[in-house]
Amino acid sequence: MELKEKELVELAEKNYSVLNLGPTHPATHGIFQNVLKMDGEIIIDSEPTIGYIHRAFEKIAERKPYNQITTLTDRLNYCSSPINNMAWHMTVEKLINAEIPKRAQYMRVIIMELSRIADHIICDTVIAVDTGAATGYFHLFQYREMIYEIFEEICGARLTTNIGRIGGLERDFSTMAWEKIQKFMSKFPAALKEFDRLVTRNRIFMDRTIGVGSVSKEMAMRYSFSGPNMRAAGIDYDVRVMNPYCSYEDFEFDIPVGTSGDTFDRFMVRLEEMWQSYRIIEQAIAKMPEGRYYGDVPDFYLPQKEEVYSSMEALIYHFKIVMGENDVPKGEVYHSVEGGNGELGFYLISDGGRTPFRLHIRRPCFIYYQSYPEIIKGGMLSDAILTMSSMNVIAGELDA
Amino acid sequence: MLVNELGQLVQDKLTLNFGEGSSKLEYHYDFPVFIVSKDKLYDILTFLKEDKDLSFKYLTTMCGVQFPNAQPELEFGLMYQLHNMEKNYRIRLKVFMPKSDLNMKSITTIWSAANWMEREAFDFYGFNFIGHPNLKRILNMEEMNYHPMRKEYPLEDATRHDKEDKYFGR
Repeated sequence: MELKEKELVELAEKNYSVLNLGPTHPATHGIFQNVLKMDGEIIIDSEPTIGYIHRAFEKIAERKPYNQITTLTDRLNYCSSPINNMAWHMTVEKLINAEIPKRAQYMRVIIMELSRIADHIICDTVIAVDTGAATGYFHLFQYREMIYEIFEEICGARLTTNIGRIGGLERDFSTMAWEKIQKFMSKFPAALKEFDRLVTRNRIFMDRTIGVGSVSKEMAMRYSFSGPNMRAAGIDYDVRVMNPYCSYEDFEFDIPVGTSGDTFDRFMVRLEEMWQSYRIIEQAIAKMPEGRYYGDVPDFYLPQKEEVYSSMEALIYHFKIVMGENDVPKGEVYHSVEGGNGELGFYLISDGGRTPFRLHIRRPCFIYYQSYPEIIKGGMLSDAILTMSSMNVIAGELDA
Repeated sequence: MLVNELGQLVQDKLTLNFGEGSSKLEYHYDFPVFIVSKDKLYDILTFLKEDKDLSFKYLTTMCGVQFPNAQPELEFGLMYQLHNMEKNYRIRLKVFMPKSDLNMKSITTIWSAANWMEREAFDFYGFNFIGHPNLKRILNMEEMNYHPMRKEYPLEDATRHDKEDKYFGR
């Protein structure tokens, strides 16, 4: 639906209407405001306003001890909060040079890949809903529910998980958690295949998505895209491969890459990534090493309860950790992970105090959402809605 | 490539093109960090993007920082992080400036992605990016009359004393 330059100039002489899309609108799945300049149904220009749920995380983090910042990261991309939690833990572990046992790393990989699947389920099914196919949404959401039950079993929470600790995980997976993971692993492939058959080759779906909201390679680089959106544009950048963290180098998986960067490609990249995440989880379960689920990080990892009740040192450490009394080395560190929608990075400056001196969060959708006016320019309003849902813009992360 | 090899490579190139002492090299974990002068930053970033060997084509992130206890001319800073995806080079650049002169040449002409990042730095710290197409607040409301990430604005109520460090033996 791209308009040619000449046609746009002709349109410039007409009268336009201004349409206020959002801040709360059922079709935008979150709090986004766009003031659109419209010529009939064609978008001439738009201006996004963000910040409706700004909670000043970067400022709050300057007051909180390192352990307590995990709860803030939950509320960034709340569709895949375990990835954010673990990205934060790994940042601090990098700062204090902590060694994490393989078992803890593999457990983290399982949790992160499960949450990536949950994130992509939401995004892909919502694209289908916006084109009018609601069945896939209700069908696959059962499996997202199963993932949330696994999280519930591991850490006790579903959405804002606060999963894991600096130095490892809070506890080993219980038998019940393993059973739930196995149940999910056995049932999910059939459901995903069914969803694929239901939606991907559907004529209406293809007509609505192919060629809509295209992003070229050049544009993706210029706007610092990352994650599935960037791969859909044809650039095979994945943090898991380029700068492996958490033992991702031990696993074999492919990076799906699109060609035209349109809504259909973004959908397909996410669909394939779910299969790849499934593969990684399979390998992690099969190769799960024996050992401890936490590293030797006494300054940050709470000692076991039995020890706290019986030994003096453990009690002291427990008290110090809870009060945020431990020394942290001075330094500045950047650590990034492949989040649900792109490269999620934490830039942390520590001055040796109990709290970070400065924490800057590289939020992927804050960076790529600014290209939205350029993408939807000259397209139809209904395509703009679809483009937004296929970009997986999460309000919590956008506004931090 | 090891971090110090990369650091040396970029440092040599910068010295060759911008003269001796144009950048100061430090290492922080897996990143070489270059502290460059404020007025040269725009040219250096352009050079790093265009150079054939380095070609840092991707702006990963940028943000402002403030060190209230540092010397006055080093109080405010900006951090830029670049990435060369083909060779997996990652570097960080920093500039420092005094509070009296927070003007900075906008890099939106090099990377469109810098648009909102610069608006965020303006919103939080009050940096004035010269040449920015639309420099206004992004996350906070327009009516706000201060820059909240600055250290002179404490997070909590200033009348509250129960969380002072002295009560915790610090």
